[in-house]
Amino acid sequence: MDADHVFKALADPTRRHLLDRLFERDGRTLTELESELEMTRFGVMKHLRVLEDAGLVVPRRQGREKLHFLNPVPIRLIHDRWIDKYTEHRAAALADLKHELEETA
Amino acid sequence: MSTTTTNVQTTQVYQVFILATPEQIWDAITKPEFTERYFHGVRIELRDGRRFSALGDMEWDEEILEADEPRRLVHRWIAGYDPEMAAEEPSRVTWEIQPQEDGTTLLTVVHDKLEGAAKTAASVSGTGWMFVLSNLKTFLETGKPLSG
Repeated sequence: MDADHVFKALADPTRRHLLDRLFERDGRTLTELESELEMTRFGVMKHLRVLEDAGLVVPRRQGREKLHFLNPVPIRLIHDRWIDKYTEHRAAALADLKHELEETA
Repeated sequence: MSTTTTNVQTTQVYQVFILATPEQIWDAITKPEFTERYFHGVRIELRDGRRFSALGDMEWDEEILEADEPRRLVHRWIAGYDPEMAAEEPSRVTWEIQPQEDGTTLLTVVHDKLEGAAKTAASVSGTGWMFVLSNLKTFLETGKPLSG
């Protein structure tokens, strides 16, 4: 589950669409997911594979069926590592600006 | 967020690779001195076939359904930290701890049987389990939790 795999997996609109479908309703079969996409079964399998390699989708057997679950943890880790850092900085910059303006006012 | 629908999943799956041994992960999820560091301050321990939680003056406990140290732990889940959620039907949490060839360990948390616990299901999804698991990963890998 390294960041390269996650960014690569997210860099494709079909794969983001698959994640959105799983976000709406989790634990779906390949057949269900395929029915919502204008794509061959093999195409959907290929995209699911990339999402599984990135750890964003976790397949689990339930009886005879293989269900696909959205795993949001890798996105959270990227958020912690990349997004928090920069938004915190921006928030801090705004706080500094406010402080400065109020002092000179 | 593309929609405002409160879609509640009755089975939720979370997975994270952690640079730690299965034993370290087992200890981190079953010993109060560890859980209080990353699990919202809750002190959790396994005793007499039950999983006890304590937070401030609140205490609650759940039945342990399976315990195979350090690979697998299954227990009922009661949201004892919130009276409204605690009144819902108990759900189930499964911890699967699988060592990998590269020295990391794959931790899978499955929270299911949430059919009778809509408020709990909504609460643990979103940032709920993600917060705990990313915090646990950071705690085990650096010795410090992300926050708190």
